[in-house]
Amino acid sequence: MDFIKLFDSFNTDNKSEEEVDIYMSRKEAFRKLGSLTKKVALASLPVAAFTMMPKMAFAQSSDVIGVLKFALTLERLEYQYYIEGVDSGIINSRHQNVFMAIREHERIHVELLEATIQALGGNLDGVPSMFDFTAGGVFPSPFSNYQLFLALSQALEDTGVRAYKGQAPNLIDNDELLKVALQIHAVEARHASQVRRIRGRKGWITEEDYDGIDGFGGTFMVASSAVYAGEKNTTHVGVEVTDVTTVPVMAVREAWDEPLSMQMVVDIVKPFIVS
Amino acid sequence: MLNFTDSKGKGYKPDQGLGSSRRSFLQYSGAALATSAILLSGCEQFEEFIPPKNPNSPKKVNLGSGDIGILNYAYALEQLEAAFYTKVALLGFYIGASGEEIKVLEDVRQHEVAHREFYEAALGNNAIGKLEFDFSMVDFRDRNSVLQTAKTFEDLGVAAYNGAGPLLTNPDFLVVAGKIVSVEARHAEAIYDLIAPNDAFVDFISDGLDEALPPMQVLQMAAPFIVTEIDASNLPKA
Repeated sequence: MDFIKLFDSFNTDNKSEEEVDIYMSRKEAFRKLGSLTKKVALASLPVAAFTMMPKMAFAQSSDVIGVLKFALTLERLEYQYYIEGVDSGIINSRHQNVFMAIREHERIHVELLEATIQALGGNLDGVPSMFDFTAGGVFPSPFSNYQLFLALSQALEDTGVRAYKGQAPNLIDNDELLKVALQIHAVEARHASQVRRIRGRKGWITEEDYDGIDGFGGTFMVASSAVYAGEKNTTHVGVEVTDVTTVPVMAVREAWDEPLSMQMVVDIVKPFIVS
Repeated sequence: MLNFTDSKGKGYKPDQGLGSSRRSFLQYSGAALATSAILLSGCEQFEEFIPPKNPNSPKKVNLGSGDIGILNYAYALEQLEAAFYTKVALLGFYIGASGEEIKVLEDVRQHEVAHREFYEAALGNNAIGKLEFDFSMVDFRDRNSVLQTAKTFEDLGVAAYNGAGPLLTNPDFLVVAGKIVSVEARHAEAIYDLIAPNDAFVDFISDGLDEALPPMQVLQMAAPFIVTEIDASNLPKA
């Protein structure tokens, strides 16, 4: 399936009433799944355990599966990035532990999402599995330039944080899935902070980021600026925070990470997807 | 020798709106990081700027129910964090704090104060009062004590938001909690990076997931630092 069509199929705003009813009645089934998605157990659970779930119960829950497939796309992209990064030998020995840990986390996230999608009766069709981190030769290889490797890592992690955040409301009726998504979301944020600090940046998104990541040419800068679109926002649930605090506006901007829509994330990662 | 100017020449700027006495105190302690004796005597007169000493603090608060209750719960935790980092800064940071460490702790302090004031404004009449805290078990002169406490608070904050997110029913509140929790996770990592550089998330490697804890457990863990009695009995359970 074409990658973009796959994401179009996730758009469920135009669900019929019947579909919505079916979806709502699945809530109890999701709760049962929830008892399986316990933190420590899940990563090591054999996929077979999920086949015990009543697949039919989830057959119509394509919107939730769509969110999970979207997340899986990002996790596979990240996992492949760190596999190639660690294998390339480009990583500074002082940072080897960091990137091996990140690689391991992304592996777990991939397996967790694959197992969950299948447990919900979905399949992995159309989820990309081949990536090109030069974006078809537009950028030099990040696996022969360590500074570029770090910069692209930062961009991928910050994108991941914003992507999960953007999808959280779509999981609000599935408490256990939402909880796991939030648990992944926070780990992505820890990754982002650590990688940013290795680059000599602040752990949080700040004014240096808004125009994109500099030092790797104009194309990379423009492409990476999309990762930070909207991050200057200081209004949250109707409260203009700069009106209610004496904290400098810069710090207010840093103190909230913004979500990205699925489409904005797709636009960011599309150049790296082969198939 | 300590100073508040980082390598890029951006000067340390305390919040606007606080008395000049505090500013000069910060400059003083920053310039020399005085002996602890001077530090302690110099700080006592600034205790009034630390939120826990607010004479209007209620003896007991009720967080309330539903989404408001969860937001009040978050507000309570942000008050705790903001009060801690404010005290760290007002006491001139710990002995031997590097410029980088001060920069991180001051950024985090500003973020937590902004979070606290956001919740206060967002909750309006529904907001619980200002809580009173007890940081007597923290040795504010000691690097390890301050950084370990900071790490504990940040990790607890992340676990609290992750556990509370599914208890919210309004998607707008869920998004704003999500906007804040990832910054708390960034803090946790940065603090951890000060404690053990380049040794990050080793303790997450087993499962790749951050913590998610229910409010009652979080409040129990935070209880040694909170003087005000918090009634969380009306919070949503699931």
